[in-house]
Amino acid sequence: MWNWIQRFSSPKHFYSMSAPLIKWFSAGALLIGLYGLYLGLFVAPTDYQQGESYRIIYIHVPAAWMSLFVYMVMAVSSGIGIIWQIRLADMVAAASAPIGASFAFLALVTGSLWGKPMWGAYWVWDARLTSELILLFLYLGYMALQSAIEDQRSADKASGLLAIVGVVNIPIIHYSVEWWNTLHQGATVTKFDKPSMHIDMLIPLLLMAVAFKLFYAAVVLVRTRNEALYRDRNRRWVRELVERL
Amino acid sequence: MNWSEFFNMGGYAFFVWTSYALTFAVIVANIVFPIMQRKKVIARIRRAIRREQIELDKKSA
Repeated sequence: MWNWIQRFSSPKHFYSMSAPLIKWFSAGALLIGLYGLYLGLFVAPTDYQQGESYRIIYIHVPAAWMSLFVYMVMAVSSGIGIIWQIRLADMVAAASAPIGASFAFLALVTGSLWGKPMWGAYWVWDARLTSELILLFLYLGYMALQSAIEDQRSADKASGLLAIVGVVNIPIIHYSVEWWNTLHQGATVTKFDKPSMHIDMLIPLLLMAVAFKLFYAAVVLVRTRNEALYRDRNRRWVRELVERL
Repeated sequence: MNWSEFFNMGGYAFFVWTSYALTFAVIVANIVFPIMQRKKVIARIRRAIRREQIELDKKSA
């Protein structure tokens, strides 16, 4: 079992296995994303309270979900890297940080552009918005630690610990709309009850969420491959591979 | 529904389309940066290989 994990998590093996996956994930993200956009912008009905402005939901909510999901991927793979010293896990964590940061940024900016017409302000210091901003800072902190520490193993340990400690922020973001009084609307999809959303609005949202997830999968593979090449730059497999390119 | 109505987004055009434009920009950045990074890493490894080859040649000469 251990040998099997070691072999399959070797950067060299990962590098050769990941190439076809990138194509499939990209194609899936593109097709599902375009279909989701079509349904979201042209087919889904107008919201009876928010008019057409609600259509920001089709990028805002998937971006926000992904900012949480990518953070969990980053924290869990950091943990695997620290505990079992699987180098590929550290590479996945490092590759995830800039992508997650971009999703968190997107969630904040599109939320702000949605908040202005609905609440009358681009920004309010309420629990949901503030905790999402902290998430963006956690990503940036992880990236800063990665680039500030010269020794790769120390960098992975330090930034990985930050990622793991920062996990405490994730339930705070999720439950912030229940625990505190907030302008931000409550959950409409991720609750145990039936989603309180019209099915014609819900389907494009779920399609966009799948598209964002596939997009992340494709980009994280490309970035992890870059990490593998860079970190193994003095090893034979990389030297041979670069000479063949 | 006609196109000008569609682009008007019920008066929310600025907010909706700015959101979508920013999303597009972030997606493009997420595609372009890793590709540039890959080229940089490969170029750096190539330089290292060449440097080491020159060192080896010097030693054997």
